[in-house]
Amino acid sequence: MKRYSVFAIAREALRYHQGWERAWASPEPKSSYDVVIVGAGGHGLATAYYLGKNFGITNVAVIEKGWLGGGNTGRNTTIIRSNYLQDPSAAIYEKARSLYETLSQDLNYNVMFSPRGLLMLAQTHHEVRGYLRTVHANTLQGVSTEWIEPAKVKELVPIINIDGPRYPVLGALYQARGGTARHDAVAWGYARACSAMGMHIIQKCEVTGVRSEGGNVTGVETTRGFIGAKKLGIVVAGHSGQVADMAGFRLPVEAVALQALVSEPIKPCMDVVVMANTVHGYMSQSDKGEMVIGGGTDGFNNFTQRGSFQHIEETLRALIETFPMISRLKMLRQWGGIVDMTGDRSPIISKTPLGNCFINCGWGTGGFKAIPGSGWAMAELMAKGQSPLAADFGLERFREGRFIDESVAAGVAH
Amino acid sequence: MLTLTCPYCGVKAEETELAPGGEAHLKRFGPGATDEDFEGYLFARKNPKGVHFERWRHAYGCGKWFLAARDTATLEVFGTYPAQSTEPPADLIAKIKAKRPGWEGYK
Repeated sequence: MKRYSVFAIAREALRYHQGWERAWASPEPKSSYDVVIVGAGGHGLATAYYLGKNFGITNVAVIEKGWLGGGNTGRNTTIIRSNYLQDPSAAIYEKARSLYETLSQDLNYNVMFSPRGLLMLAQTHHEVRGYLRTVHANTLQGVSTEWIEPAKVKELVPIINIDGPRYPVLGALYQARGGTARHDAVAWGYARACSAMGMHIIQKCEVTGVRSEGGNVTGVETTRGFIGAKKLGIVVAGHSGQVADMAGFRLPVEAVALQALVSEPIKPCMDVVVMANTVHGYMSQSDKGEMVIGGGTDGFNNFTQRGSFQHIEETLRALIETFPMISRLKMLRQWGGIVDMTGDRSPIISKTPLGNCFINCGWGTGGFKAIPGSGWAMAELMAKGQSPLAADFGLERFREGRFIDESVAAGVAH
Repeated sequence: MLTLTCPYCGVKAEETELAPGGEAHLKRFGPGATDEDFEGYLFARKNPKGVHFERWRHAYGCGKWFLAARDTATLEVFGTYPAQSTEPPADLIAKIKAKRPGWEGYK
């Protein structure tokens, strides 16, 4: 792999940019690998990357039924934050956020991490109390967040209407080091780094079955033939239930559609991320000037990557009340992703009933922000059989009643 | 937009009139059940990509719960039936089988 640098740009400028090589290779699959990861989205690629970087395991294949980063990695609103209430969540999301800080340097790929600051508006007295509690919890967890008053909110977000008739802004939970990153670049950067370590990234290769012997996994059947694996990692988000079914176990996961949309590009007007959980909408401005908007999930199972129109309407109605100036904006694009929701709205990073088969799923509506931390924990779990970051996210917590209940903590999908 | 016909009041209700209620025909396990049974009842879901049986409530209509058969991969609705059913009615199963020959059936 040729390193990207200012010298590389200068060198290529002198030769009409003829010398840029492909960012990652597309090899034919081998008959077997030490580790096979199913799913080349952010979480799968990050798992492969940290297997190589932290544990020296590079005989790895990442197989993907579609194209790299074409699922939820390319369909989110790119928000990064770690202001969670529960200790296990704060630990893994803060690990992810701190890895994002130096990810561009680590991967030699610009993921455009922008720690521009993130606000979660409190618009009811219940929410004020909830966020004050979160700030105290974050202080104990070593996550830097603070409570700010409405005047400070207005100073950070001049376009906001803080004394709306229905839901006035009563303050906000502020994480100054939260922000956004370029979602595609995260997947591409990890893929390039994995490929440079000699790992195989195999696209357009769908898993059709999981083969096992004596209770241990031996490999996967795919549309490109059988691929043997000493260890298998299932990291497939919305289709986790389908792959788990092939491996012979069930998951406490349901797939629903989550939508997002962007407006036409406008001049810079908001340089922080704003989330309004009471009215359920969140918004940031991309580097291109588009307002990136996300809302809530549909309430019913859905695999179609498109959601119900009234949810967009509800989200926009709420945001127009909060940001009156966006009322005349035209919306350019809208899309949906299939998110895997667990009962407690926290992820699963776990061993499975099948030996040497591991699963990383259930990130629901908040997976993008967790990619580096999730990959870090999953790689450690696969390499060593246990990981402190993943310890509380096991499948058995549903049987044992040890929930990490962020759905109650956040009051909404998060 | 999703449209379901309420089996009680006969209204063709669109999505905003309805409240989704999750998987239908869950078998409830009570006192004396094993941990596995109770975990399954509370959390394990079929979550199929294809034919799915669900609970819905005609929330802004007659207010009653009913059940529906729907395809989660295409959003096609096969039919609705009363909530008092312990399993999908035979004529609905036959209708789904005619439309989805590869479907493995209700289990």
